[in-house]
Amino acid sequence: MSIKQAFRMAFKSLNSSKLRSFLTMLGIIIGVSAVIMIVSLVGGMSKDITDQFEGMGTNLVNVMVMGRNSNRSFEPEDMQTLADENSDSIAAVTPSVNVSLTAKYGTENMSTSGIGVNEYYQQIRNYEMNKGRFLEYVDVERRQQVCVIGSYVAEELFAGADPIGKTMKLNGETYTVVGVLAEKSGAGEGSDDDVVILPYTLAMRMGRNGRVSSYTVQAASADTTEQAIAVIENALYQTFGSDNAYNVFNQAAMVEQLNEMTNTMSLVLGGIAAISLLVGGIGIMNIMLVSVTERTKEIGIRKSLGARRKDIMSQFIIEAATTSATGGVVGILLGFLGSFALGRALDMTVVYSMSAVLLAFGVSTGIGMIFGYFPANKAAKLHPIQALRQE
Amino acid sequence: MIKLQDVYKIYGNGENEVRALNGINLEIDKGEFVAIVGQSGSGKSTCMNMIGCLDVPSKGHYFLQGTDVSTMSEDQLASIRNKTLGFIFQQYNLISKLNVFENVELPLLYGGYTAAERYRMVQEALTKVGIWHRKDAMPNQLSGGQQQRVSIARALAARPPVILADEPTGALDSKTGLEVMAFLKELHAEGKTIVLITHDNAIAHNAKRIVKIADGNIVEDLPNINNQPFVASEAKGGVA
Repeated sequence: MSIKQAFRMAFKSLNSSKLRSFLTMLGIIIGVSAVIMIVSLVGGMSKDITDQFEGMGTNLVNVMVMGRNSNRSFEPEDMQTLADENSDSIAAVTPSVNVSLTAKYGTENMSTSGIGVNEYYQQIRNYEMNKGRFLEYVDVERRQQVCVIGSYVAEELFAGADPIGKTMKLNGETYTVVGVLAEKSGAGEGSDDDVVILPYTLAMRMGRNGRVSSYTVQAASADTTEQAIAVIENALYQTFGSDNAYNVFNQAAMVEQLNEMTNTMSLVLGGIAAISLLVGGIGIMNIMLVSVTERTKEIGIRKSLGARRKDIMSQFIIEAATTSATGGVVGILLGFLGSFALGRALDMTVVYSMSAVLLAFGVSTGIGMIFGYFPANKAAKLHPIQALRQE
Repeated sequence: MIKLQDVYKIYGNGENEVRALNGINLEIDKGEFVAIVGQSGSGKSTCMNMIGCLDVPSKGHYFLQGTDVSTMSEDQLASIRNKTLGFIFQQYNLISKLNVFENVELPLLYGGYTAAERYRMVQEALTKVGIWHRKDAMPNQLSGGQQQRVSIARALAARPPVILADEPTGALDSKTGLEVMAFLKELHAEGKTIVLITHDNAIAHNAKRIVKIADGNIVEDLPNINNQPFVASEAKGGVA
């Protein structure tokens, strides 16, 4: 008997007892849709994170200097010297001092994040100017009270007026706006455009400990990133004599690490959902066993008409596989609908993964075949006479 | 055509040993119409299972068309059942979920015929038994006589040289029983070898030769000289 005939027979059999077929499929449907939903949502999360980090550039190295309770210290000047000495691997260095700011212009008032940097920051972060200029060496060196603002801040505080040359209050101190950054990421609240950039020498004083504990280093190229990390780590180790006093990490490595984390999460959650697939498979086996018992007479008739073992075998396996594959397709559709709805409801990014769909379909069909094997084998082994005698 | 040579079928062992067939020798030539008669428990059903390649002898040999089938594997037997033998059962044994056409098509599916060949052969068989117009009906929509005709069509579909009929009239009233026997005679006239198994002497008298079995032995094997027409002595409620 041809495979096509066997499939036709299988569909007929499924169709003849719809409720039973549906209940048999239910385990597979739930399992597959759960897997699809989990993979889509976790995939969306991981995409969000990756996008965020990729905006920062991959040849950047972040350096955190915690220091130790000793007299040894590592100052911005030391870092600059290090960069100058290793110009083959390090393109530029900026201290990076994060402060939270209350910015005030006239009667307008807003909270924003401030970052204290040096003149290289523009190059490192690849900022473009919309208006005015970026910070310059003299600003940093002489602690001039000037700042560059992001497009969101410009919009919020100055509402269309030209901010260049205006003075605004940052945490109560007067600063002159010298530049406005070009819009970088949609000009939303909390985005890269919601920022005020000021000389780190001033930001340091706003912070609590008055020290620079964080640097952003631009490697000469993506290829020299590793080398730059090694140089910096070496210098810091020489200074502190312990690798607990600092932390040097690369954006790309971090993205990779985060991706690994979300992958693990995806695997764990997917694994839990896969258990439901297993349960669904056992349900299929159970029903197939009942079906073989019910259809003993039919098997006897088929054998008397010349069905070989493999004919009976393939009939039941194909029936089981068709059941679970149909359940798989329904589960995939439900999974798509579910992740779409959940993504909407929870405002999460959803990434539909074709490989998850193929995997879910393959696994569900495979489960049908594996769990159908035992009942099918039982049917195939029936003795024709004993099967025929069965009522 | 059919040759049983010293065939034993023994169930159980030791004290519980039951000899369903106790060294039977039987030869049936091509084109014969033989009735095997016996009471229930006489061994006639075992004999028919043996002839029908549904079972293999415990001892002895069975030659079908010159080949020894007693040593064949299950799948080889399945292939012989498919190509050489057509079964007609007392309970029709149609598959209730398949319609008339699909039921008759079954042996052809297992025989590996193409769709076009199958359609032609099913049409031929169903036309022969006069039920082609009901090809889309489900078995439970048909009367007993119609169902038995479908099962005859199914037995004929793959054009086997041998037809095995196991109490074919057992579940039918005398009129439709008569029709079925008329079919068997027609098939015989066309040159098919027909083996009829029954407990009913009257029905057996439709055959040209009557073999009586009791306690696993052949007790009588005579040509049916007077060749009486079908008389339904107890056409209803026959025992398989």
